[in-house]
Amino acid sequence: MAHDAPTIAETLRRQGISRRGFLKFCATTASLMALPPSMVPAIAAALEKARRPSVIWLSFQECTGCTESLTRSHTPSIEGLILEQISLDYHHTLQAASGEAAEAAREAAMRENHGKYLLVVDGSIPLGNAGYSTIAGISNLDMLKETAAGAAAVIAVGSCAAYGGLPAALPNPTGAVPVSAIIKDKPVMNVPGCPPIPVVITGVLAHFLTFAALPELDDRGRPKVFYGESIHDRCYRRPFYDQGKFAETFDDEGARKGWCLFKLGCKGPVTYNACATTKWNQGVSFPIQSGHGCIGCSEPGFWDMGPLYKPLSMPIAPVQMMVGAAAAGGAIAGTAMAMRNRAAKKAAQAAHQKVTVDDLEKAK
Amino acid sequence: MTPLELLTWARGPGLSIALAICAFGILLRLFEIFSLGRKADLSKAREHSPGSGWRTILSRSLPPPGLMKRAPVTYIGGYVFHLGFAITLFFFVPHIELVRGLTGLSWPGLPTQVIDISAVAGLLALIAVLASRLSNPVKRLLSGFQDYLAWLLTFLPLATGYLAFHHLLIDYTLALALHILSVELLLVALPFTKLFHTVSVFVSRWYNGDIFGRKGVAS
Ligand code: SF4
Ligand code: SF4
Repeated sequence: MAHDAPTIAETLRRQGISRRGFLKFCATTASLMALPPSMVPAIAAALEKARRPSVIWLSFQECTGCTESLTRSHTPSIEGLILEQISLDYHHTLQAASGEAAEAAREAAMRENHGKYLLVVDGSIPLGNAGYSTIAGISNLDMLKETAAGAAAVIAVGSCAAYGGLPAALPNPTGAVPVSAIIKDKPVMNVPGCPPIPVVITGVLAHFLTFAALPELDDRGRPKVFYGESIHDRCYRRPFYDQGKFAETFDDEGARKGWCLFKLGCKGPVTYNACATTKWNQGVSFPIQSGHGCIGCSEPGFWDMGPLYKPLSMPIAPVQMMVGAAAAGGAIAGTAMAMRNRAAKKAAQAAHQKVTVDDLEKAK
Repeated sequence: MTPLELLTWARGPGLSIALAICAFGILLRLFEIFSLGRKADLSKAREHSPGSGWRTILSRSLPPPGLMKRAPVTYIGGYVFHLGFAITLFFFVPHIELVRGLTGLSWPGLPTQVIDISAVAGLLALIAVLASRLSNPVKRLLSGFQDYLAWLLTFLPLATGYLAFHHLLIDYTLALALHILSVELLLVALPFTKLFHTVSVFVSRWYNGDIFGRKGVAS
């Protein structure tokens, strides 16, 4: 299959895309990955020769939101083109086949492209009980291990696959873990987000397609180009934050004037993602632009990060009761201490022997 | 533990523990101090000086004449630090939000540029007073472990806050977590070190003023 497959350039030509269109595609890919324009010829040369790589997409404990996001990157954008250039050989939601035929397709793709296919995973893996989540009677854990064995690289798409996500939120009833907790011998790239931005998913696929390797990753396995800066750093409301202008409620004067959403619980300052620059829906907008604070969906453990609508600097749990009790305890302890001190004073007074001048004379 | 988990701990259990210890300690020490009492002063007051205590609260908060000549670093450094620290603490909006979260009280904040200047001023003043403490033989002789501890516990929140705000050296999330943790250390140590002066300063100034007033040194 891999041998007979047409190269990407051939596929594009067959679809009636001109050389010029092809180079434009390369330029867009370069800019998407924040590569300099001087890289365009290299990308073109790579794509001329590249064959459509096989992609296997496994969905474990997830909500299909990541796939929903991925499909939003379609028509007629560059991402759509890219998707036609890979061979998505297995994807529960998007494939037509089901049951045994579907599993057979996965096995065939694994066999024919051994060592070369790309494995994409969304959803977390339950370690608690294999029965919590199975596909065709195979536990998620087994299927991941088996499919990752022959993969060139693994991409964990979405916060669940990257960090455990919602299934791993306290008290983590299924013992959910991210892909990186299981796959240690392959390059694993995390593309977190709940869901990730569509062009971020397709952007990293494009990178793999072009360079047959994963893009540069940070210490949490995320592609630096998309996760290098915090939302707050690139937020267009930032000047209001700096001026101390904040919306206090979702419909007050400040909210209407587009002031900073920090007081309404925005987690932008601690969230690393590309929303503020890449934006959503083909660059139309992103949550903060629509008037809602960032909830930090691309950060590990964001579900347990405290109330969504509490400012970052506010305490997470109510502390008043505890502090009140501690203060009362302090008062009681202080009183006890006072009584002890007074008793010591009294005892000292009682033990005090009076000495008169006569006594001293006698003692001489 | 990721930086975000550390931050979540600092905002949750960490803060509760620190505030509880701080409240416990403050109450304990206040009860202890007030219950100790003083020996009744049996002598007749030298001078009738009503309000001497109150006036001392004010007069001791103002620079004594000649201090500028005698100890310029203490003079300028002391004021700049206390003012810078107070402005940063009470007028940075996220700090006000914390108070609002705890008590429901809030007041208008200042633009971050002003806070930035006050924090830098506070930091520089702290460094200056430490340098003078170390270089001046008398001050060095008078300083003990507690003094350096108090300095460090005050320096850390300002320094980590500054790093966090400007995204310097360390990742913002980690810097914010360390900032909150350093404040928690400060809260825990406050009742049991010289830092308790934040609570007792005006009480002791009043007492000094009043007792000296009785003794004839009315302010
Ligand atoms: S809205 Fe959020 S991300 Fe934007 S400046 Fe305010 S706190 Fe930062
Ligand atoms: S703005 Fe924040 S919560 Fe919203 S999608 Fe982006 S990272 Fe997630």
